[in-house]
Amino acid sequence: MMGRTIFIDPGRCIGCQACVSACRECDSHRGKSMIHLDYTDEGSSVASLPTVCMHCEDPVAPCAEVCPADAILVTADGVVQQADTSRCIGCANCVNACPFGVPKIDLQAKLQMKCNLCYDRTAYGLAPMCATVCPTGALYYGTLEELQAERPGVQVADTFVFGESEVRTGVAMVVPAERVRWPVPGGLPVVEVNGKDVRR
Amino acid sequence: MTADPRAADGRTAVPLDPSLAPPGTRGFRDAGGIPADRWHADQNGETLVPTHCCFCGVQCGMYLRVDHGGKVFGVEPRNHDINRMRLCPKGINAYQQVNHPDRLTAPLMRRSRDEDLREVSWDEALDFTVSEIKRIQQAHGRDAFGVLGGASLFSEKTYLVGKFARVALRTRHVDYNGRLCMVSAAGANKLAFNIDRAGNPFADILLTDCLLLAGANVGECFPVLTQYVWGARDRGATLIVVDPRETAVARTADIHVALKSGTDSAFFNSVLNVVIEEGLTDEAYLAAHATGWEEVKAEVAQYPPSRAAEICGVPAEQIVQVARAFARAPKAMAFHARGIEHHTQGVENCLSVINLCTATGHIGKPGAGYGTLTGQGNGQGGREHGQKADLLPGGRSILNEEHRRQICEIWGIEESELPAAGTSMMEMVWQMQRREIRGLIGICNNPFVSLPNYAVVKEGYDTTEFHAQFDFFLSETAANAHVVFPVTIWAEDEGVMANAEARVVKHNKAQEPPAGVRTDTWVMCEIARRLGAGDKFAFGSSREVFDELRRASAGTIIDYSGITYERLEETGGISWPCPSTDHPGTPRLFEDGTTYHADGKIHMQVVEWHPPADPYDDAHPLTLTTGRTVAHFLSGNQTRRLGALVEQTPRPWAEIHPAHGFRNGEPVRVVTRRGSEVFPALVTEAIRPDTVFIPYHWPVPTAANALTIDALDPRSKIPEYKVCACRIEHAAEIDEVPAPPVAPGHVAYPETQVSRTDPLPPTAPQGRGTSERS
Ligand code: SF4
Ligand code: SF4
Ligand code: SF4
Repeated sequence: MMGRTIFIDPGRCIGCQACVSACRECDSHRGKSMIHLDYTDEGSSVASLPTVCMHCEDPVAPCAEVCPADAILVTADGVVQQADTSRCIGCANCVNACPFGVPKIDLQAKLQMKCNLCYDRTAYGLAPMCATVCPTGALYYGTLEELQAERPGVQVADTFVFGESEVRTGVAMVVPAERVRWPVPGGLPVVEVNGKDVRR
Repeated sequence: MTADPRAADGRTAVPLDPSLAPPGTRGFRDAGGIPADRWHADQNGETLVPTHCCFCGVQCGMYLRVDHGGKVFGVEPRNHDINRMRLCPKGINAYQQVNHPDRLTAPLMRRSRDEDLREVSWDEALDFTVSEIKRIQQAHGRDAFGVLGGASLFSEKTYLVGKFARVALRTRHVDYNGRLCMVSAAGANKLAFNIDRAGNPFADILLTDCLLLAGANVGECFPVLTQYVWGARDRGATLIVVDPRETAVARTADIHVALKSGTDSAFFNSVLNVVIEEGLTDEAYLAAHATGWEEVKAEVAQYPPSRAAEICGVPAEQIVQVARAFARAPKAMAFHARGIEHHTQGVENCLSVINLCTATGHIGKPGAGYGTLTGQGNGQGGREHGQKADLLPGGRSILNEEHRRQICEIWGIEESELPAAGTSMMEMVWQMQRREIRGLIGICNNPFVSLPNYAVVKEGYDTTEFHAQFDFFLSETAANAHVVFPVTIWAEDEGVMANAEARVVKHNKAQEPPAGVRTDTWVMCEIARRLGAGDKFAFGSSREVFDELRRASAGTIIDYSGITYERLEETGGISWPCPSTDHPGTPRLFEDGTTYHADGKIHMQVVEWHPPADPYDDAHPLTLTTGRTVAHFLSGNQTRRLGALVEQTPRPWAEIHPAHGFRNGEPVRVVTRRGSEVFPALVTEAIRPDTVFIPYHWPVPTAANALTIDALDPRSKIPEYKVCACRIEHAAEIDEVPAPPVAPGHVAYPETQVSRTDPLPPTAPQGRGTSERS
């Protein structure tokens, strides 16, 4: 897991698609959204689940590993970049290799597109668009420590098993845990209204 | 977290934390977070203007991105303490309205409804309007002309609507579309506490041990509030959701009470019954702070869980569970919204919740209290300063002589000139049908979609001899008018709104209005001038109106006199009452246990459940209920034009339980006593089998409000949108979704203005639709 990364907590997702709209607003994909939002059990539940690129770490990201044109760069900070347009040949090998179904091919441009963790923002220390706006915090950007400070007892996973192979990812998922009860109030920062501490 | 840091002169609201600073702001971040002109952040020609979202009552802070040509072109989340960067899809896409090709940029006019609207000069439109006002009022009396305002307007403008109607037109007929929103909660709060606002700030949700959400689809109508709800849940608070549908918050609730629409007060009476039976009341609190307890106690004795379970269609054990969870919690809060307010007993439903909070002593403490969630951005502020039929600025009553005198003094008119109380929005439409009101000015509202029983509404407007409408897009209602005035959008003027916490926030101007567009303030003042009342309407800007509003509210409960534009920019928002410029505002009410009644007590009110207005019979055995979807806002005039939102939810649907034997997407005809319409079926177990849900943002022939009933709560006059009797049938074809109307001479915005004939329900949020499977 990277230092600062996205944590996905499907238990909080309300399926509002703010992340979908926000991703369109980020500068690196110009009007196209890189989020997959799935409604997992339509007709019997309102549950929904967002998927952004998991930025696989170990082994090398499968998409990058299979890319014949060596177009997918993994930066030193662990971000699996969108395919370099000067190299990508639009072969869709990455689409087939990705265990999470993340990369898309722009059929007209014959180029791959995928989430790059809003590199235009994160490189400057800003949070990615989707995780910034997500009203519920189902997408959260920060370190594990920051997440745990906000959500006491939260448990995350960054290793996923697909048959024989195991993939470790830079983005982590919040996993269901025994519900822990904590004394109120906790450590969330909104404690002031009109400059007045409302906890007292 | 404190509000945004600011410059010494208090003009700036720019975050300093580099992890939160928006892009393109490095220049001023390096300079200590303060841009050169202390307000605008400027880098590479891009300017970020701090403001708030134009939509719901949460009022999220955002920056509008303005290009070097001075045009709004994007949005950037803002670390305001209401939303802490979060935005919902409406907020993210809101900026696309500003320079949308459908914007009206010239007045439209026709002399009779047989003609088409055509673009005319401002003079021609104003002359015609003024001559029609004079003609109608001379022939039929001053009250033959009415004004209908809107709660999406800044408070300055809503203040002006009230003054315009009473001083320039001198008619008693003025009301506003907040009448469709939360007047029930307002009425209940006035009765119980003599103050019309939520008792607690949102931040209190994070401190509570038990959160009760009644008829509040927080996930779709106030998505940004979910961070507070989830925050409470993270800390082990019990979440109780009362809603006939399994909404996204209900899905994760500890207790989801899926009661039958229209039975809320029976349910809450029964909960209180159990609280009393189990000895969980806070007798000390009641003795010190409440009146009417004995009467309430006697009434709720009529609602043992066994009886309520039958009325509400929920297990009796659930009622006991809710009572225990709420009453035993050290701190509990109740929030409600339209789900319990849109009823012929909307006021009583809210009162039954207040009775529960009072009896358990959960009032006026950190993490304990009540709140009501406003649908419109200025749903709270829009009713405070005299836009409502019976209210004068500062919430003064138009029936009270003392109050009348005070306002006449500020307005510079004789008390005899001030009209009496008017009637509510729906009643005005009935009066239009009966030709009692013959002329109407509508300001930023769209009753053709938002009022119930469309046939009646259409007939009322068609009967009207003259109708002028202010708007920035041609709404369905404006398309039917004689004159349409193109007015500014929220980003083109400054002004304040009060959110659901009664926190007043300031919106800033991000760009100049397009040529041909004027502010609502200018148009009202100009009509007033041409009617001969120019001296009372010599306002050049929102700021000048706000200064008069502050004076007009001084000394009332809704006291804005200590709130200034400068202070709002400095603090990020101030909750009223705020009686002086050194007063910090009042985020939480009743901290010392005293209410705004003369005796300082909470006046508990007896609530007797009665069935909804539209009776069930063999032909109409099911309950139709309506509501919102996350991608759209109210009548949809603003959101049905924005590509991403249309794509997200292109059309309405009828949500039904699998028990009825429909397949997903199959045409289903929903029939009520008002009419019938065909929708694609959205078959889901997340709704009660006896209930049908339709989102209401679309016009006929896909309008939920062609089916709903125009029965009103006798006190608040809110329509009973949330329950009427219906049946469903198989149908052959699904009604096509009409594109929003476009002004003559304009080209329809191609991406959005297409008819939606796709037979499948839309890609809808919350798993209710068929997700995109690409
Ligand atoms: S913005 Fe957040 S809550 Fe909304 S759909 Fe995306 S992940 Fe889910
Ligand atoms: S999730 Fe898919 S696209 Fe993202 S790094 Fe892993 S393999 Fe590549
Ligand atoms: S991190 Fe950025 S690019 Fe990736 S899904 Fe989120 S918004 Fe889109």
